[in-house]
Amino acid sequence: MAAHERTQFTLDRITGAALPVLAVAGALVVGALLLLMLGVNPFTAYAALFNGALGNVSGITQTLTKATPLLLVGLGICIAFRGGVINIGGEGQIILGAVSASAFAIGFSHWPGWLLLPLTMLAGTLAGLVWGGIPGWLKARMGVNEILSTVMMNQIALQVMNFLLRGPMLDPAQIAAGTNIPQSAALPEAVWLTRLVPRTLFHSGAILAVILAVAVYFLLWRTTIGYRIRAVGLNAAASRYAGIPVSRYVVLSMALSGAFCGLAGAVEVMGVHHRMIEGMSGGYGFSGIVAALFGKLHPLGAIPASAIFGSLLVGADKMQRSVQVPSSLVVALQGLIVLFVVASDLYVRRRSRRRMEERE
Amino acid sequence: MRGIVKRFPGVLACDAVDFDIRRGEVHALLGENGAGKSTLMKILYGLYSHEEGTILLNGEPVSIRTPTDAIELGIGMIHQHFMLVDTLTVTENVALGLPSSRGPLLDLDRVAARIRELSETYRLDVNPDALVWTLAVGERQRVEIIKALYRGAALLILDEPTAVLTPQEVDDLFHILRRMTQDGHSLIFISHKLHEVLNISDRITVLREGKLMGTVPAQGMSRADLARMMVGRDVLLERNRSPVAQGSARLVLENVSALGVTGHESLRGVSLQIHAGEILGVAGVSGNGQRELAEVIAGLRAVTSGWVEMDGLDVTGQAAGERTQTGFAYIPEERMHDGVVREFSVSENLILQDHTRPPYSKGIFLDFAHIAQHSQELVRNFRVKTPGIETPTKSLSGGNIQKLILARELARLPKVLVAAQPTRGVDIGAMEYIHQRLLDQRETGTATLLISEDLDEVLALSDRIAVMYEGRVMDIVKREETSAEELGLLMAGVYPER
Ligand SMILES: Nc1ncnc2c1ncn2[C@@H]1O[C@H](COP(=O)(O)OP(=O)(O)OP(=O)(O)O)[C@@H](O)[C@H]1O
Ligand SMILES: [Mg+2]
Repeated sequence: MAAHERTQFTLDRITGAALPVLAVAGALVVGALLLLMLGVNPFTAYAALFNGALGNVSGITQTLTKATPLLLVGLGICIAFRGGVINIGGEGQIILGAVSASAFAIGFSHWPGWLLLPLTMLAGTLAGLVWGGIPGWLKARMGVNEILSTVMMNQIALQVMNFLLRGPMLDPAQIAAGTNIPQSAALPEAVWLTRLVPRTLFHSGAILAVILAVAVYFLLWRTTIGYRIRAVGLNAAASRYAGIPVSRYVVLSMALSGAFCGLAGAVEVMGVHHRMIEGMSGGYGFSGIVAALFGKLHPLGAIPASAIFGSLLVGADKMQRSVQVPSSLVVALQGLIVLFVVASDLYVRRRSRRRMEERE
Repeated sequence: MRGIVKRFPGVLACDAVDFDIRRGEVHALLGENGAGKSTLMKILYGLYSHEEGTILLNGEPVSIRTPTDAIELGIGMIHQHFMLVDTLTVTENVALGLPSSRGPLLDLDRVAARIRELSETYRLDVNPDALVWTLAVGERQRVEIIKALYRGAALLILDEPTAVLTPQEVDDLFHILRRMTQDGHSLIFISHKLHEVLNISDRITVLREGKLMGTVPAQGMSRADLARMMVGRDVLLERNRSPVAQGSARLVLENVSALGVTGHESLRGVSLQIHAGEILGVAGVSGNGQRELAEVIAGLRAVTSGWVEMDGLDVTGQAAGERTQTGFAYIPEERMHDGVVREFSVSENLILQDHTRPPYSKGIFLDFAHIAQHSQELVRNFRVKTPGIETPTKSLSGGNIQKLILARELARLPKVLVAAQPTRGVDIGAMEYIHQRLLDQRETGTATLLISEDLDEVLALSDRIAVMYEGRVMDIVKREETSAEELGLLMAGVYPER
């Protein structure tokens, strides 16, 4: 291989890895313009953001606490994308995962902890699996577009939760006090996840998520199942010709994707809230997609990506409080990052395609 | 083009190549798969950059960085895969991407008029109002030619234009090309079919492994001469078939009917048997049910009546996956699309069917050591030219992707093999090799269905030949007892008088 080629090669590698970071930087620059227009000094604002997210133990633990569900959802999104389907239904799957886990833990609270804790997680996972599997099945059987169906199923999940939290699952203490705040009773302590740093919300779910990221990597690249998921995602026709049951793998990709989102919901109530509350999904079903894209749809890439994205969520929150910018700016900033990440990715792909123009 | 050098990771695709083309000539470019033909042409058309060398046009050095530059200089290229928008009309496709003479308003009438004019001059027989998806392959190709002519191409590059055409369509194309050269157009013609090259070209340039082997006048060359220049050794153009004792019927189709892609009945009551150690050739103009026949056997298309038996077992209701696992192999016609996952590496593509079996996996875990060993072996035995087994398949040359698929299917030692156009797009060296492998398989007792548009190939390899016409098997004849003439008549739906 000629020398200049090797440099070209490594150059591509470096720009490939650096691009997400550049994208974030680009988004921050545009965000700075917005801040200037609001009459806020962008440097103070960003200093607040950075300090808030990473400046002290509290910031860091908050970042990691947020990164946990992002990573779990992100893993689910990776699987779906690799399998050639798009799962926008993370929110609904998280909600139902959390609802089922809570209901299970409360319902069987007398069971021993060593049994109850894994089964509670499993309950959430299974709920997500079903909720993701349905749109997958609809797509495989009837060609229903999974983007539309998952979005609609988010609504259904939301309403199911609304109904349950105001009816059958409403905390008896709330009824007794007559306050009727829509939330469930507290989960039995046996299913609470260990807090890794005292007096913070940071819990052991983070460790589980990282282990699962490695597991997903193995699943996708080291097993026959992952091989088939990727083959179907890249070329359904060739997979069909090779005798791979394509529709089964479409359902499987969606179901696995939903399972990870459902687990994220379960882990969130078990680790952070200790009960089912409204709004616990916190938009993770969507930001998880961004985290996955940010990590180049690679399960290991999703680990740093969700940490970065988590810090952004926490930091933006802090920034909002300390320099008094409207919360919508935070949302705008997130949107900008998505835009930059996706655009930079397209740019790289276009460029490398031009270089290696499609073979005939 | 002078001293053109182009490298890809791990390969030197063009090694100081000189190439020139004169006004009004057909210059053929020959070479084995991966010799660098397409690469050289893509450089000329601005799709690839080159590292060294210069391109001169009428004596002036020019810089061609994008296809737009090339088009402005009067260079056009017809890719093997057409770049047309299916849902638009011919006129709209031609006008696409061009400035309109009426500013922001479309000038489709004027475009259509010009298309008619061009179509008339070169007898292209293209209807400007036709929707592209309704056109056959040959017609689409002519639309591409019109597109290039409309953009003022004086030099036209045709990369394997005949690979997808029926023999009749090839003749038509050659008439068109001759008319174009009479008008002063220059043509670069790439093909692996030597008789075509000898028939149409004025001069021939041969590449081997990126190096220029020489440029010779077509006059006075023979197929054997060209083959030797390309491959560097003598190539057998004749096939040796030893007689093989035929066994029991391995593949039986009984009165099979099936619907085609369009929803019309495309197979009508087909019955045939192939025995162990036999090659049954299927001749016929493409589109007469061959594709459906192959898919029914593969389990990719449901039958509406009749049944399919493999090795005495009724497999009519079996899914494709089950059939592959019990000794069936299929080399699909649209291989680039249906045969490989282009983003996968070479070794990943080599286990597309068998990844769930030992030794390629244990339980659900892939066994990379065995996969690598198997891949190395196949790449070596089938002479697939690739920098390595981890190379993404899409960066292989067209013919080498074909070889990869053949390697995979033949190495599975199938009991029943369906091979659709197995040598389309491969070079003559590879064709010799593939034919030999098909004959070897036959000797080991494989029952082979060989679907090919190349009558010479069918006649060279088959024991018996079935001719298809409008979804029916017109007749099944013994190879020794038939002739190209008889087959030709049958292919046209006429029973010859005996
Ligand atoms: N985009 C690319 N990236 C990496 N390698 C490439 C690329 N394009 C071509 N090559 C390599 O360059 C060599 C020449 O390829 P090219 O496509 O020019 O062959 P060809 O003569 O057209 O062969 P064929 O008859 O099979 O079409 C091959 O070894 C191929 O693997
Ligand atoms: Mg080529």
